[in-house]
Amino acid sequence: MAPESKNNEFAEDYAPGERLPPPQGEATLIDTDYVIGQDNLTASPLGINLDIHGKVFAISAVITVLFLFVTLVFQTQVEPLFNATRDWLTGNLAWFFILAGNVFVLLCLGLIFSPLGRIRIGGSEADPDFSYTGWFAMLFAAGMGIGLMFYGVAEPITHFDAALAGATAENGVRTDWSPLGGAPGDPQAAARLGMAATIFHWGLHPWAIYAVVALALALFSFNKGLPLTVRSIFYPVLGERVWGWPGHLIDMLAVFATLFGLATSLGLGAAQASAGLAHLFGIPEGNVTMVLLIIGITLIATISIMLGVDKGVKRLSQVNMVLAGLLMLFVIVVGPTLLILTGFFQNLWAYALHVPALSNPFFREDANFSQGWTAFYWAWWISWSPFVGMFIARISRGRTVREFLVAVLLVPSLVSVLWMTAFGQTAINQFVAEGFEGVRIAALELKLFVMLGQLPLAELTSLIGIVLVVVFFITSSDSGSLVIDTITAGGKVDAPKPQRVFWALIEGAIAIALLLGGGLVALQAMTVSTGLPFTLVLLVGCYAILKGLLSEPRG
Amino acid sequence: MYHRIMVPIDLAHVGALEPALRVAADIARLYQAVICYVSVTANTPGSVARTPAEYDRKLTAFATQQGVEHGQPTESRVLISHDPVADLDDLLVKAVADIGADLVVMQTHLPRKLDALLPAHGGKVATRTPVSVLLVRS
Repeated sequence: MAPESKNNEFAEDYAPGERLPPPQGEATLIDTDYVIGQDNLTASPLGINLDIHGKVFAISAVITVLFLFVTLVFQTQVEPLFNATRDWLTGNLAWFFILAGNVFVLLCLGLIFSPLGRIRIGGSEADPDFSYTGWFAMLFAAGMGIGLMFYGVAEPITHFDAALAGATAENGVRTDWSPLGGAPGDPQAAARLGMAATIFHWGLHPWAIYAVVALALALFSFNKGLPLTVRSIFYPVLGERVWGWPGHLIDMLAVFATLFGLATSLGLGAAQASAGLAHLFGIPEGNVTMVLLIIGITLIATISIMLGVDKGVKRLSQVNMVLAGLLMLFVIVVGPTLLILTGFFQNLWAYALHVPALSNPFFREDANFSQGWTAFYWAWWISWSPFVGMFIARISRGRTVREFLVAVLLVPSLVSVLWMTAFGQTAINQFVAEGFEGVRIAALELKLFVMLGQLPLAELTSLIGIVLVVVFFITSSDSGSLVIDTITAGGKVDAPKPQRVFWALIEGAIAIALLLGGGLVALQAMTVSTGLPFTLVLLVGCYAILKGLLSEPRG
Repeated sequence: MYHRIMVPIDLAHVGALEPALRVAADIARLYQAVICYVSVTANTPGSVARTPAEYDRKLTAFATQQGVEHGQPTESRVLISHDPVADLDDLLVKAVADIGADLVVMQTHLPRKLDALLPAHGGKVATRTPVSVLLVRS
């Protein structure tokens, strides 16, 4: 379609045996004849320029529409089917998810301390694209900002509650949801166990999942010269075949998981924000509020996309980082300050003590917890990993592998511990020390606001909470659209702007359709199911990282 | 009248830039000016080059070849961006000052309705730089 983009008649050919110029400093490029964009279609319908990978774009679009149609029209039939798929996966393959999670953590920790950690993403002389603050703010906003808002209070108190009630069994099968053996009747121990379980779900493991995808993509794109798209991770295994159907399939799966992961989260997030608004201002909770929220979020995300990474998502992420930091500081200062500060270290210690048992993939007695919570989380993180990982990869050029892993694995894990301690410990303390039952009995999406309601300036902090939820969704929609656009453009990051806008609008439209037509939860179950094939992608990613790093020059 | 002419180009679409290249060469000959070919590229592998260094090398080759064809001295400069589509205008405006250009010759498309939402780069650069900008229609 576009012969001029295929070869460059003005540039002299490389002499036999001559190397391509490395990116910046030393790096080992992969020798391939594939030209990025060679399978792309370029056209200008109605004056709008398009540059897309024909097969990946078209088939992803068709599957998306088909799934949406089936979910909306045959809702009552497919909902049990999707839920059963998820339950079967998390039930029967929990061991696989948990085992794979451990592999990712061990690989990342190992790389930090190995000599391979000195290798720099983008070549030995590459300069970082972003400052630490900008980089870190974006890592966090893309990775789990929204989850921390939602589960910061909800998860610790739920585990605490279950652990305090202790284990119950029927016919030898555990019916309770407490982690490990629980801590019946011992609030102190239940609090420690609840916090350790929460940190387990929000600490090293999820970030290792993101780090593996991000590092593999960054390495194969910036150091090896392959397109920035998920299929490139498979080059060490499939070789030139990644440019054919196996590669198309991998990319389509990534698009599918990202699109529906984002859309379902957007729908569920609108429900949370709307619940918060109703709780705070008495704004009627309902479809109108939620649809307006989604439209608002989508429009702001569209503007942010037009402004680009620097002026859009980076700025929003930084604003949110400051807001979230202030909110956490506020909770620490006006909440049980000493308890939170000592709790930070006690919870870290509790995590260290419990993590071997919590991450044990085999012979678990706490099936409800390890399957319903841990395996579900792992599948959910993994289904998000192509999106978050690719975005992290794109902003991480110029960092060494060690620096990258410290920033993507260790620092966010510590921040998660502090955040969970501040919000969770305060909520638990409200119950243990003050006998306040509100947080325990509140609905999941209201727990944060009920907890803040017990502190001074509740209206202001709750409002900040809602703003944070909304802005985290804007940054997710924004970075998600960038990622989908890059994958469907065959790895081109400079495809025409209208394509990005298209994906952002589609996400909003899917979220609204699912919200009104029902099926958000069903589709979320389906999205989680993509976690299984992606676990394989990630395991290949581990191999690719090692193979790729070992072939890099080490000065 | 002009000493240094900046010509923004995209190596992936050189064919479409022919009119602007010719006009720039003619003006350069008239005023004995230097032409500086400027190009914005992503730091990720793209269709023209797999690394920024390779893009730089190809742009240099392009500039040299153009110089041979029109006989005026040429230079080239690659601007690397992590989001070229969004940052293009800003980078070009900055490049005008950085290289000390006193004229910009740029290819642009015909006006169209979509310009209200997605303005053409040429128009945006022209409104933000003090030097003369010649927009060459396709």
